[in-house]
Amino acid sequence: MDNKSDASGYWSANIRLVLVCLVIWAIVSFGFGILLRPALSGIEIGGTDLGFWFAQQGSILVFLGLIFFYAWRMNALDREYGVDEE
Amino acid sequence: MDQYTLNLIFVGATFALYIGIAIWAMAGSTSEFYAAGRGVHPITNGMATAADWMSAASFISMAGLIAFTGYDNSSFLMGWTGGYVLLALLLAPYLRKFGKFTVPEFIGDRFYSQTARLVAVVCLIVASVTYVIGQMTGVGVAFSRFLEVSNTTGLLIGAAVVFAYAVLGGMKGVTYTQVAQYVVLIIAYTIPAIFISLQLTGNPIPALGLFGEHSASGQPLLQKLDQVVQELGFNSYTGHHTNTFNMVLFTLSLMIGTAGLPHVIIRFFTVPKVADARWSAGWALVFIALLYLTAPAVGAMARLNIIDTVYPNGTQGEALAYDERPDWMKNWEVTGLLKFEDKNGDGRIQIYNDKSAAFEAKAAANGWNGNELSINRDILVLANPEIAKLPGWVIALVAAGGLAAALSTAAGLLLAISGAVSHDLIKGSLMPDISEKGELMSARIAMAVAIGVATYLGLNPPGFAAQTVALAFGLAAASIFPALMMGIFSKRVNNVGAVAGMLAGLIFTLVYIFLHKGWLFIPGTNSFPDTIDGSLLGISSTAIGAVGAVINFAVAFIVSNATEQPPREIQELVESVRIPRGAGSAAADH
Repeated sequence: MDNKSDASGYWSANIRLVLVCLVIWAIVSFGFGILLRPALSGIEIGGTDLGFWFAQQGSILVFLGLIFFYAWRMNALDREYGVDEE
Repeated sequence: MDQYTLNLIFVGATFALYIGIAIWAMAGSTSEFYAAGRGVHPITNGMATAADWMSAASFISMAGLIAFTGYDNSSFLMGWTGGYVLLALLLAPYLRKFGKFTVPEFIGDRFYSQTARLVAVVCLIVASVTYVIGQMTGVGVAFSRFLEVSNTTGLLIGAAVVFAYAVLGGMKGVTYTQVAQYVVLIIAYTIPAIFISLQLTGNPIPALGLFGEHSASGQPLLQKLDQVVQELGFNSYTGHHTNTFNMVLFTLSLMIGTAGLPHVIIRFFTVPKVADARWSAGWALVFIALLYLTAPAVGAMARLNIIDTVYPNGTQGEALAYDERPDWMKNWEVTGLLKFEDKNGDGRIQIYNDKSAAFEAKAAANGWNGNELSINRDILVLANPEIAKLPGWVIALVAAGGLAAALSTAAGLLLAISGAVSHDLIKGSLMPDISEKGELMSARIAMAVAIGVATYLGLNPPGFAAQTVALAFGLAAASIFPALMMGIFSKRVNNVGAVAGMLAGLIFTLVYIFLHKGWLFIPGTNSFPDTIDGSLLGISSTAIGAVGAVINFAVAFIVSNATEQPPREIQELVESVRIPRGAGSAAADH
């Protein structure tokens, strides 16, 4: 699929992906874990509220998902734009 | 077999393993010494990164920090893992593509400035040296408690082991030793946690047990914990009691600082391809998460266990008599890290929050005259197996695990320091014509000197050792991370802008920390109390790194836009760093 091999298209696709991931990164940690915790206090989990879970475990699990998702998408983009290493 | 012999066998066996690996993986070239020949599998590198990153602080201190504060210290959990998202998305793949050996080398080349490179070297050395002191003191403590040798002897043994595998093996030796150390430390951390979780909740997975049911009372574990701590006048465990704005900034500072720590970044130079650098950051977080998901469970369960031990009949019942105290209390009293003072003279141990005004009346009615048991937070993880009455081999395993955590981080830091000295200072500016053999020799000498300095500082820790960790993170966040990120994501930032930005971030952060902790950490020379409310900007000195980073970005952009564009070849360099193709050839240049 070398027909899409333009460097600026590859780079802007990367930037879009990074931005999406960083928004999720911020929402689960600073959002659900800290600032939005009062708003989530109605949702119970294991004797406490969802915000506590996000602060102590949930955000870590989402971080993991984000990194693997990014690696998978980027490695696919590399091939799509023909910039991967053979 | 007695405990001492068991400890000796476990620690001795793991040390023999590390040295065996070092002899097998001896480095022959600078590429092997700095980057393990760029032949490390991403999963292997992820495991080594996890051991490199998880220090004595993660293994020994973190669960204790969470246990005695609860929710408010969640910042450590989110901050020290969230940094890996930044590392994976913003730095690791590009720096791997760049294909050089050190962090200052990238900064120097990208900003075509020897000054920028030297500023980066200074930041790197200050951050790494302050960090390594903590590891060496940790090694001394673990030895003196478990092997019953003096602190000095313990430290010297530890230094000799690190010397053997780091100086001989370089990055290659360190990588494979760190894999072994990861295995030792994760087993040592998890096994006691599984037993304790089974005892308290019946769930063999501590991370799930934390949100499970407390078997003895039938209530959810966290609800039970909230109840008993509040009955003793403490803040609720799950409640939010700290300043929200400061908590956000503190978490952000830990994240940015983590992503900017050079000894973590250089680990991503060792994998064969750019795609591997992306996967490897994910694997590193998998291995880190195994410990970090367990840590909050260890903290909460230990807190509950301690209160249950002291109040065997519930918090409303009679407290434990001092003469009937369990063996683990006696063992730790010897070290001075656990202290009992019978303030009301009734021969019983009362734990409660004697700083709570609301609880004063109740304490007086009970005839209590102040909190009587003080527990150093750092003993929590080490004492955990004894508190839960686990067999002797588990205690020996925890000793070996604590040492593995401290030694693996120390080796990673020493490697970053020796690279900066031999590659950036000696080859990069003092003696550019040095041969590869000469450079390899100078890297080994730099490493040996760094071990000597770290050992000396570990034996004579400056009074401020613990406080300097804030400095290490602050510097990494305010100087190194922004410079690297702008170097990749902006073609406009030039040499003048980068240097001005780094210096502005660095000086602002340094001055702010000194204003609150004292100039050069000398007690009494601070202008503001080191608390959130008393501080200059309403931000604690540990959380200021994020503000320093923002200042660095802002100054760099403003100055760059007022000065000339970077030259054509630098813009092309940035273009090439952004594209994975060709990373293999960049490595072959060396």
